[in-house]
Amino acid sequence: MTMLAPDSDGPALDPMHQFVIQPVLELPTIFGIDLTITNAALFMIVTTLVILAGLTLMMGRGAMVPSRSQSIAELLYGFIADMVRSIMGEEGMKFFPFVFALFTFILIANLLGMFPGTYTVTSQIVVTFALAMSSFTLVLITGFAKNGLGFLKLFAPAGLPPLMYILIIPIEIISFLSRPFSLAIRLFANMMAGHVLLKLFGGFVLLLSSLGTLGIAAAIMPLAVATAVSALELMVAFLQAYVFAVLTCIYLNDALHPAH
Amino acid sequence: MELEAAKQIGAGIAAIALGGAGIGIGTIFGNYLAGALRNPSAAAGQFTNLLIGFALTEFTGLLGFVVAMIILFG
Repeated sequence: MTMLAPDSDGPALDPMHQFVIQPVLELPTIFGIDLTITNAALFMIVTTLVILAGLTLMMGRGAMVPSRSQSIAELLYGFIADMVRSIMGEEGMKFFPFVFALFTFILIANLLGMFPGTYTVTSQIVVTFALAMSSFTLVLITGFAKNGLGFLKLFAPAGLPPLMYILIIPIEIISFLSRPFSLAIRLFANMMAGHVLLKLFGGFVLLLSSLGTLGIAAAIMPLAVATAVSALELMVAFLQAYVFAVLTCIYLNDALHPAH
Repeated sequence: MELEAAKQIGAGIAAIALGGAGIGIGTIFGNYLAGALRNPSAAAGQFTNLLIGFALTEFTGLLGFVVAMIILFG
């Protein structure tokens, strides 16, 4: 967006610059797979390590009476377990590890992206679409493995006048097939929109404060907005991880009980 | 009209979608609050539904945002 800063040297004020993927560590190509570590890959690795190290350290030796850090880990476990149980029932607890991994990965990736200078992995549609497809594939596999062709009853809800099925079945199929796209676009667009907004207001602060004393005084306003948006983004980071997990649970519940 | 100018106008028009999402989200939270004040004991059980409705509504606005971004940078 050159219109923001026509005569400055560009990239620093470009709100889209933060999403550029750059190689961090050049590695050779083996069997046609480029092993180069980019900043996106690096932050996915960091996210995984933070989750693993964090949970391992917090759990400690797994005392019967939890320490303070252990109760945080147990709170996280209980939160997701309650959600899975309330949506899918006891039967759905076999999907708990998947939902927990999904939730923690998205949450930690979102939160790590809130640190200045870091890279937000979930602002890449490739990453979110891969996550959405993994949950969509699991729904398909579970549905057909558990119900066989009875899974197709999902597309034809019982108790409608026969004529209505001509209309309902295509609608249900389209809504089913659009699930992974809506999951992926929701998460990616939320994270991207938030970070573009933060960068824009940060850019306003820089531009105004370069105008002299009056500019610096006026720069307080965009600074205040940027601070408020940061707080909103922290909430969105949690909310989007939660929504992704809840919707995955609902879709898995559809796969377990297709005749709704 | 120049292509660049048309793109900027198009991106602006695409952002109108956010108005609809704003109305929708306001309706959802407003109605949740109205219902929660009438029957506070049932409110906690509907919190998940509230967030799902919020996410589904917000998605329509975000589609407009994505279209605007594609027009501008795609």
